[in-house]
Amino acid sequence: MPILELKNVSKSFQGGGKASGLSTEVLRAVDLSIEEGEFVAIVGFSGSGKSTLVNLLCGLLEPDRGEVTFKGQKNPPPAPDRGVVFQNYSLLPWLSVYENVRLAVDQVMTRASSSERDQRVRHYIDMVSLTPALAKKPKELSGGMRQRVSLARTLALSPDVLLLDEPLGALDALTRAVLQDEIAKIWSEEKKTVLLVTNDVDEGLLLADRIIPLKPGPGATLGKEFVVDLPRPRVRTELNHDAAFKALRNEIVSYLNRVRDESRESSGAGLRQTTVHLPNLTPADLRAE
Amino acid sequence: MRGYVELFNLGKTYETPKGPAVIVEDFNLNVAKGEFIALLGHSGCGKSTVLTMVAGLNDISQGGVVIDGREIMGPGPDRGVVFQSPCLLPWMTAFDNVLLGVDRVFPGASRSEKRDTVQYYLELVGLGDSLHKTPAALSLGMQQRVGLARAFALRPKMLLLDEPFGMLDSLTRMELQEVLARLLEQNDMTALMVTHDVDEALFLANRIVMMTNGPRARVGDLLESPFARPRVRADVLGHPEYYGMRERMIRFLEEQDHKKRKAA
Repeated sequence: MPILELKNVSKSFQGGGKASGLSTEVLRAVDLSIEEGEFVAIVGFSGSGKSTLVNLLCGLLEPDRGEVTFKGQKNPPPAPDRGVVFQNYSLLPWLSVYENVRLAVDQVMTRASSSERDQRVRHYIDMVSLTPALAKKPKELSGGMRQRVSLARTLALSPDVLLLDEPLGALDALTRAVLQDEIAKIWSEEKKTVLLVTNDVDEGLLLADRIIPLKPGPGATLGKEFVVDLPRPRVRTELNHDAAFKALRNEIVSYLNRVRDESRESSGAGLRQTTVHLPNLTPADLRAE
Repeated sequence: MRGYVELFNLGKTYETPKGPAVIVEDFNLNVAKGEFIALLGHSGCGKSTVLTMVAGLNDISQGGVVIDGREIMGPGPDRGVVFQSPCLLPWMTAFDNVLLGVDRVFPGASRSEKRDTVQYYLELVGLGDSLHKTPAALSLGMQQRVGLARAFALRPKMLLLDEPFGMLDSLTRMELQEVLARLLEQNDMTALMVTHDVDEALFLANRIVMMTNGPRARVGDLLESPFARPRVRADVLGHPEYYGMRERMIRFLEEQDHKKRKAA
């Protein structure tokens, strides 16, 4: 039985104020089923409703139609058993690394003793290699380090499912690669169920068991699923030689480009047809002035 | 053979209290008309220094740059520049942002000719529906499309792109690479682009110039692209040489990285 499931889920938002009656359907009839221990990547275009999908899965939003099922419970409210890591880190700026994680642990692990909580906080901060920065405030940390704190905070609550909402989207390529490797390592150690939302096909190929594209909205639906059966641990430089990796990468990229073009054509946006003729003009030589 | 664009022994030296710091040295490159060159290297290696010197935004210390038979002296509309950040004027619409340069560069043209030029290029980049939106109402990807239209609308002899898609997410980046490829092919534009995205360089360029790490950065390795034009993503990715070239570039970057760490 899947641990987390979306059945025929649709979600719309009011635009231009409720009185206007304008509403935009962001997700339409989305079906998704995640098995325990699985790593699933949703790859989607910007503005296609990726974050809406995460918010539905963690209970911050309720579907208009269809249902979310988590461990057999229908449309459950948000709870620490589904931990979310956001792109913007969401740390409290006046608390140190330790205090940010401790705050969450204190809220959730109410039955644990103070020393158990302390150990727990230190264990997960160590897991993301931030022990030297225990007493630092977020503003003293780089973006990559801040995202590590956010990851440690979520992991420290021992969620059944980890929801990663473009966690590395704001980081530069080198930091992103380091954190991808770290997420892969933590996943292999903790054996958590993970849903990763990303716009990066390579990130999905490096981390996930399955990649599911989210088609461009409005009214986004999930696309054809790709099973990533590459052996682990996956090493970037070795993947370049791997025929299966190359074929899968090409297939996914081409698929995404195709659904994007189809959606642009059907909505009329992004159509690169010109309605005027280009006048035959010669630029003035401003240097001769 | 003389190129349409020639970078001859180009160098950049900054005077510092500790003596001169040589950032770029003896940088030589000949570019044919209609050719697209990607400059690939680590951040800080001096690739943007080369580009800003060609743009005329940065003084040339040694050597020179000749475009279509004329040595460049300072910036000019014969070179269109697109930066990483869209740099649009926030109080003007997309249309007016493009018109601003068109007004200046085509002083003899009629009002309707200028307006048609602006509309033509904005439609070409897929913004026909958003001509009169201000930058705040446009996504970053759309703002960068305006930046491309603005550069092409001035009919420059050469286009200079400094990590133009560096701020975009990977799927938007791919889409804009395709927009740019179409524009280049339709306009037979000569271009120099700075990037550290290996896939981007492979998809767009005719030749890829890999730069060694500074100081004293120069041309380290040069790759000729075997891919046909117009570029089609699936064909490029499916080309038998694609991943071999990709690996060679990644390895070059890694080697430069090791050298830098050793030096540090």
